[in-house]
Amino acid sequence: MAERIASAPEIAAHLDALAESIVQDCPTLEHAYLIGIQRRGVQLAQRLAQRIMARTSVVVPLGVLDITFYRDDLSRISQQPVVHNTDIRLDLDGKVIYLVDDVVYSGRTIRAALDALADYGRPRIVRLVALVDRGWRELPIQPDFVAWKIATADTDVIHVKVRELDGEDAIDRANRADHAQPV
Amino acid sequence: MAWDKKDLLGLEYLSAEEILTVLDTARAFSEVSTRAIKKVPALRGKTVVNLFYEASTRTRASFELAEKRLSADIINMNVSTSSVTKGETLLDTVRNLCAYKIDVIVIRHAMSGAPIYLARNIECSVVNAGDGMHEHPTQALLDIYTLREKLGDLRGRRIVIVGDIAHSRVARSNIWGLTKLGAQVTVVGPSTLIPREIEQMGVRVQHNLDEALRDADAVNMLRIQREREKLTLFPSLREYAILFGLNRTRMQGLPDKLIVMHPGPINRGVELSGSVADGPNSVILEQVTNSLAVRMAVLFLVTGGTSLHPEHMSA
Repeated sequence: MAERIASAPEIAAHLDALAESIVQDCPTLEHAYLIGIQRRGVQLAQRLAQRIMARTSVVVPLGVLDITFYRDDLSRISQQPVVHNTDIRLDLDGKVIYLVDDVVYSGRTIRAALDALADYGRPRIVRLVALVDRGWRELPIQPDFVAWKIATADTDVIHVKVRELDGEDAIDRANRADHAQPV
Repeated sequence: MAWDKKDLLGLEYLSAEEILTVLDTARAFSEVSTRAIKKVPALRGKTVVNLFYEASTRTRASFELAEKRLSADIINMNVSTSSVTKGETLLDTVRNLCAYKIDVIVIRHAMSGAPIYLARNIECSVVNAGDGMHEHPTQALLDIYTLREKLGDLRGRRIVIVGDIAHSRVARSNIWGLTKLGAQVTVVGPSTLIPREIEQMGVRVQHNLDEALRDADAVNMLRIQREREKLTLFPSLREYAILFGLNRTRMQGLPDKLIVMHPGPINRGVELSGSVADGPNSVILEQVTNSLAVRMAVLFLVTGGTSLHPEHMSA
């Protein structure tokens, strides 16, 4: 049985706070670029862009990053993972990048994302924005802005749901043993 | 759907879902070649051998570039200087290569079935880059990728393949792939170059090009091997061009949106006139561009695959 950690109103409130943090971090929003990591970081980045626009009337550009080609476990897993699209149209040189992901766990996704960004250019700053930090880091990588810090067992699965893909906004905790859905 | 095969031997052996997995993966890879740094580390530390027993310029260049853009290490085996000329068997050559702990062999061979034979006998992945008159799966995948970019879902679409159907591995792979994705395929050519009972592959046969193209969405103009003329399979290249070639005059009577494809290299003035090859209906250079993304996807997927070829092939 999944345990609900947060539902839509709480998530909306925390996204407001994250958007506010970004505006305070980069008040002019000049050179700011929101990049969502596939898959659910993409929708979260869209929500943050909408909130920033509502607050400041500034349209922050949105990018999409799939990190599959940069994973460090490609030679260790038995099947190649499903690859999603990447859409980074702007030159990254000098940009202030807000990398958006749903859950920070081992840190390996972010490590891969940083390698990928380096192939597109040399941003001035890269910040990490996450909805959930569930601990269990394997690399020295920490989010700059995070909505929830949750203590978890390593068998827990934290599932961030977004209405575009999952029909509702929610954060659920399940146990790996009875959770067949891939994360 | 996930991919679990260690080899790509032919489209006959893939399901529609597996074909779509390759094409979807290729779409993600197409972005890599648009970047300033055209390289991803997906095959870093993997070794690929391009083993070409037949002359090839574009297929080999395309595979080689795809491998480099995946960060793989590459060996190109030049057959004319290899131990093949000293009498070594294919399997011995490949077993020696495998002793270097390579990961993928991309093979082109004049014998139909050579890649299947290898895949059965070695552990590393085998990618068929064209075997005899059997299959050329990556060419068909890039043709189908190009068609889907233009037409979307291919179910019910009318695709015409023109030329030497009897000797063409490109035709065979295209027929397998297109029919699996639900397209209606018509083959057109001189009756000496259309195999008997080809209808059993689920295609229609026509000998009049204008009629076949009247309601077509796309046409794939196969290359005529000039040496076939000497075998008296058709009277002359000139006659072939008149009956089965596309030129400006013939195009005037055809649908405006007809997509014209060619696997290259073109015999200008035979299959296609210059004005058609370079005209607004031609997607020939897009096929070349797409070949990179499709071959990157294939190499990426087979290196993650573990399962062997289907049961019926091991007999």
